[in-house]
Amino acid sequence: MTKPSNSIDTTRRNVVKGGAAVAVIAVAPGITLRTLEANAAVKGPIGPVTNAKRWGMLIDANAPEGVWDLAIDACKTEQGWGVPAKDANPSTDPQWIRKVSIKDPKTGAKATLPVMCQHCANPPCVDVCPTGASMKRADGIVLVDKHICIGCRYCMMACPYSARSFVHEDVSGQKPYMPRGKGTVESCTFCVHRVDRGRKPACVEALNKAGSNAIMFGDLNDPKSDIARAVAKFITRRIRSDLGVEPGIHYRGI
Amino acid sequence: MAVDTTVYKEINGTGGDYYSLISWLGVVLVTGLAAAYYMESNGHVVTGMNNAIVWGVPHVFAVFLIVAASGALNIASISSVFGRTHYKPLARLSTVTAVALLAGGLMILVLDLGRPDRLILAMTKYNFKSIFAWNIYLYSGFFVIVLVYLWMMMERRMVPHAKKAGLIAFIWRLALTTGTGSIFGFLAARPGYDAAIMAPLFIAMSFAFGLAIFIMLVSFTYKSTGRPLGDFILFKMRNLLGVFIAAVLYFTVVQHLTSLYSAGNADYEAFILMNGGIYTFLFWVVQIGLGGLFPMALLFNPATGRTCQGIMIASALVIIGGLAQVYVIIVGGQAFPMSLFPGMEVSSSFFDGAIHPYTPTLAEGLLGLGGIAAALLIVAVAVKFLALLPTSLSDAKVDPGHLKEGA
Repeated sequence: MTKPSNSIDTTRRNVVKGGAAVAVIAVAPGITLRTLEANAAVKGPIGPVTNAKRWGMLIDANAPEGVWDLAIDACKTEQGWGVPAKDANPSTDPQWIRKVSIKDPKTGAKATLPVMCQHCANPPCVDVCPTGASMKRADGIVLVDKHICIGCRYCMMACPYSARSFVHEDVSGQKPYMPRGKGTVESCTFCVHRVDRGRKPACVEALNKAGSNAIMFGDLNDPKSDIARAVAKFITRRIRSDLGVEPGIHYRGI
Repeated sequence: MAVDTTVYKEINGTGGDYYSLISWLGVVLVTGLAAAYYMESNGHVVTGMNNAIVWGVPHVFAVFLIVAASGALNIASISSVFGRTHYKPLARLSTVTAVALLAGGLMILVLDLGRPDRLILAMTKYNFKSIFAWNIYLYSGFFVIVLVYLWMMMERRMVPHAKKAGLIAFIWRLALTTGTGSIFGFLAARPGYDAAIMAPLFIAMSFAFGLAIFIMLVSFTYKSTGRPLGDFILFKMRNLLGVFIAAVLYFTVVQHLTSLYSAGNADYEAFILMNGGIYTFLFWVVQIGLGGLFPMALLFNPATGRTCQGIMIASALVIIGGLAQVYVIIVGGQAFPMSLFPGMEVSSSFFDGAIHPYTPTLAEGLLGLGGIAAALLIVAVAVKFLALLPTSLSDAKVDPGHLKEGA
């Protein structure tokens, strides 16, 4: 049988269709798998990371000074950045959180409070980072991707809070959830590995265990959260808020 | 337009002097590379840099060279863009010097990174909001544009287009120095930096530092190769250097006056100008005195300004003053503490409220010198293998119609 001259030879079309189907069958599982992996990475037990949440802290500067040491020790233990006193090198050792004493020279009033990464909404460290290693998650947590950081330290030049440390020598005692490395920059992560599993940061938990509520952690966007109600009730202050960086950490009593 | 009769020729470069120069530069370069390896394998703990002074001596050398690089291009720009034909014979060397200085500066910057092995990341992952990322484009673009410009000047068929390339190179170098100045100008939290004047100040600095290096290079090369170097071109460059030094002084005065006028910066200004110890010394004595006023006096005093030695000494002083200026800007700007709580007395275990001490180590200095050696080595090799230098820069060649300059 001869085909009419205007009929279309569909052989080639069928071959293309078949090829496409084979390709889909071959590639789709990979894509699905990757998608699932990606979802698993961003979706913790408490749901995906979105800007519906804005994690923040409220720190009570009137709390007894001793509690801050508890918070700092808990951070060192959790994240593995502490250096034993005998090996200490204060100018180069990392300090993810530190105790700052302030005094009003006119009145003599004093306070001591912890300062760490302020998890700004407009973080200068993220702006200046050439590779994008400094990044802000949708929920406001500011992090350094240690695998992309080239160690240029421009973020440290830009941070108004001196909140970041450069790793000046080999590190040991790393935690599986917190990769660290010589030649990269690091800072407070808000204990993102705990927060993503519905837990509080180590410093907050340590204070709570000691019966102190000097650092309150929670979702500032959730009007029913303790922290949102507290910042709505009391006047709080954020350090160098004049710079417009919108820190996520509020202080009371300064 | 008169026919260009300039004859360019490679330098001989077969004598013992040339090879001994190359060897010495090579030794300094290798020592710098070894210092970088030492810093990288032990970590930055072996440098004087710390968590408060995060950029130190390597950055002083790097920024100085990068700034000087764009300035070294000026001689070429002035001849191509502004039609000053007497500078044209030196345009080729000017472009090569610019590229060499930039390469030396970038070498230091890269080797000082915490993870120089990840340099490829800096080329593949960009955060387009970062001025550093812009600079990566500005620097690589500079290499390409300036080398194309050089090729157009050297390739007879392309000569008619060289002027356009020169214009693009000139605009690009202004952008590049603006970018370098803005690395500091964009840092809102630090009282020593956050100022738009950083960009024009850096441009003025680049004019002066780049020309000072260029004058020394030209004088040295011509003396050591026995090629004639007339007073006319030397005095032209001398006058230009005097104007550029004045421009740097002007922008420095404006920089500090503007800062002084704002009450919030009074403490920082007092630190740099009055009670900052080494920084105050470097500012007044080395930057302003030795690197500004004194070389101006040398250049414009007939007894010294009309001798090659006088001009060479003035150029060397401008370079030393320039390094001091960059040191005061970079290290001085970090040594003064950022104010967490303005108006309060602040102290902590992390240097809050205190002047941050910084003592550079030998390794940092050697890396910096290694970068300078790399730049000079590139120029030294280039003038041997490329026809960059005119066989003569005598007055009759450079400006036949011109009588000897009176001043």
